[in-house]
Amino acid sequence: MQIKESSKIYDVIIVGSGAGGGMATKILGDAGLKVAVVEAGPFFDPKSQEQQTQLKWPYESPRRGASTVRPFGDFDSAYGGWEIEGEPYTRKHGTKFDWFRSRMLGGRTNHWGRISLRFGPDDFKKKNIDGLGDNWPIGYDDVKPYYDKVDKLIGVFGTKEGLKNDPDGYFLPPPKPRLHELFYIKGTKKSNIPAIPSRMSMLTKKINEDRGICFYCGQCSRACQVYADFSSGTCLIFPAQKNGGQIDLFLNAMVREVTTNAEGKATGVSYINKEDRKEYKLKGKIIVLAASACSSARILLNSKSKQHPNGLGNSSNIVGKYLHDSTGANRSAFIPDLMNRKTYNEDGVGGMHVYTPWWLDNKKLDFPRGYHIEQWGGLGMPSYGFGFNPNDLNKYIGEKVGGYGESLRDDVKKYYGSVIGISGRGESVAMKDNYCEIDPTTVDEFGIPVLQFHYKWSDFEVKQAKHMHETFEEIIHNMGGHVLQDRPTKEQEYGLLTPGRIIHEVGTTRMGDNKKISVVNKYQQLHEVDNVFVVDAGPFVSQADKNPTWTILALSWRTSDYIIEQLKQQNI
Amino acid sequence: MDRRKSIKSIILGSVAGGLAVNGCKPGTEEALVETTVKVDENHFGRTPSEKELIAELNAKTFFNPHELETIEVLCDLILPATTSIGGAVEAEVTDFIEFMLKDIPEYQPILRGGLMWLDHKSNTDFGSEFKSSMETQQKEILDTIAFPDIEVPQNQRPLEIQFFSLMRNLTLTGYYTSKIGIEDIGYKGNTPNVWDGVPEDVLEQHGVSYDEEWIAKCIDQSKRSDIAKWDENGNLLT
Repeated sequence: MQIKESSKIYDVIIVGSGAGGGMATKILGDAGLKVAVVEAGPFFDPKSQEQQTQLKWPYESPRRGASTVRPFGDFDSAYGGWEIEGEPYTRKHGTKFDWFRSRMLGGRTNHWGRISLRFGPDDFKKKNIDGLGDNWPIGYDDVKPYYDKVDKLIGVFGTKEGLKNDPDGYFLPPPKPRLHELFYIKGTKKSNIPAIPSRMSMLTKKINEDRGICFYCGQCSRACQVYADFSSGTCLIFPAQKNGGQIDLFLNAMVREVTTNAEGKATGVSYINKEDRKEYKLKGKIIVLAASACSSARILLNSKSKQHPNGLGNSSNIVGKYLHDSTGANRSAFIPDLMNRKTYNEDGVGGMHVYTPWWLDNKKLDFPRGYHIEQWGGLGMPSYGFGFNPNDLNKYIGEKVGGYGESLRDDVKKYYGSVIGISGRGESVAMKDNYCEIDPTTVDEFGIPVLQFHYKWSDFEVKQAKHMHETFEEIIHNMGGHVLQDRPTKEQEYGLLTPGRIIHEVGTTRMGDNKKISVVNKYQQLHEVDNVFVVDAGPFVSQADKNPTWTILALSWRTSDYIIEQLKQQNI
Repeated sequence: MDRRKSIKSIILGSVAGGLAVNGCKPGTEEALVETTVKVDENHFGRTPSEKELIAELNAKTFFNPHELETIEVLCDLILPATTSIGGAVEAEVTDFIEFMLKDIPEYQPILRGGLMWLDHKSNTDFGSEFKSSMETQQKEILDTIAFPDIEVPQNQRPLEIQFFSLMRNLTLTGYYTSKIGIEDIGYKGNTPNVWDGVPEDVLEQHGVSYDEEWIAKCIDQSKRSDIAKWDENGNLLT
């Protein structure tokens, strides 16, 4: 079988269409470059009547939205999950890592939580503070102009709070808190824990003529048909096309490797077309990897040649190393004061209207890094699982649990909206020994060697999870609530979720000035191959107690500007 | 029904209501048209392979007619109709349970085994299958399995108790995710609207209130369609 080669030479080939790839497409496309976007999944537009899940009722799904097929249920927009048929990965030495992939145009930005937080000045220089890990080679001042531009281009609501490590931006006004959020605010206040309006990328106000305004269905995880929330397809790739960009989309195209010439420079990519299962080659002057931290590392490691025997850009042996995800721990509570609610439409925006940024000084604690707190609750739309154990909460008010008949209706109504959830999402310390590498014994259904993961939480993260639960219990107590689960024990690592579960994996192609201990420079350009860039979260030196997307977007924009500049100067 | 039209009118209605409170602003009507949404009831966003899976599951039959009839009797006992609203039978929960047992095969042994237990118990005590016993007899049996000892972890309870808990869970979730059930619970969302805070009477009922300083920072919904502009310090001007 001969590999089919296209004669067209692109200025840039972008691998992946999520946050990083979308932003590169927008900036490089707007600059007039000939761009190929190679995406492993199908086309997706939440406006499409056939693909839409927004505003569907539970009974439109025969499984009522159960998570049998899609991990977040039938109505979530992600095509993919932690397990994808035909695309396995393996784990080493009994360690655990779960790898989430969305195979679709826009990638995981179609279903993500839209929590859009800037990293603060401290987040780029953690080693200066606690001596652990490494500093980034750039600081907040380098990224700030791009955060500002991202805020204005995409839109994010929030409030100016003047917090040192949670910088303000160009915010749209936030929505008012829901009822349970007023209880949360009250509960945090009692313990001097801050609660502020959340910062999320939904349009509470118009920002341009192309995108609609939020109509408060609370279903951002289903992707918005009027483009009122941020996803890469609707807010970056479609506008770049509309703007007259020379952009060719290659869909259902699974990239195998970056091709190189005798001088070791990148010449393009080879990919498998999922429809005819044949291998193709695309030629390009510049390759921008945005396939997600682990997928980009996999492509680099699989791109072996005479010039790059250890994989592309991997003389340092650092590709795949320093993999880290946010930490996560969850608890829920029953709040008697939220019983017997009148019902009204409080869908609001998808997710929380209120959150808690990290508020303590780690120098006074027994773990080095912080976490933020998210919460949920309210009069949500019933979905599979609603009504399970309908009156278990009776035990808290001295009534009998169980039974059948008409009284169950009263129980379900009595407790509707009285349970809240609290989650901590924190920073872990990047470790060289947490990594992904190629497992030479296994290939996916396209014949591409797969990743093998090795990941262990350290004591830092375990102690942080313990602190999260102590905080949750305190807040719940302040709200007059009953904690619903026992506090997880030390043996259970205090309920610390398996790495990969928060879907913030970063660090596999980390940036630095020293080529021996990093993969890309401060412009996310491979140290060893100057026409290859990585614009997903792989270059993150450390994943703050924030969500990574806003930083991926800002850095991808910054790198795209650098590429344009370098092309002008004929440096690459 | 043309759902597109009806949602549009709902939007017009709700925003018009909001305008009466906030005072009329010029230019708002154009924005209303933009928030018009389309919903095609023939699809719920399935990919081709997901459609195939659903078709495959629908082509299979799990329960036999006797089992289905017994499930229907149970549904009616667990969530009967009231004088004003239909119950689990009217909400076609039996069909839902048949589908779920194929979708989540782990449920099969416990549910099928539980149904056998019910008939055995009913035959032993009353000399008739469960579905044909008198309602008082049926309830007599259910009373022995419907009230679990909550001190015992769920998976350590006797099978017939686990069976009834699963049956009750599926019945209630099937009901409250149906059209009838959503009406019964009073869920008011899943429709375009303009969120402007918790109603005053609800705040009062639960003894909370909005902080004025906080509310002052929130979106003024009468300005939602004015394009955002900021000064160089990030202060919103519009």
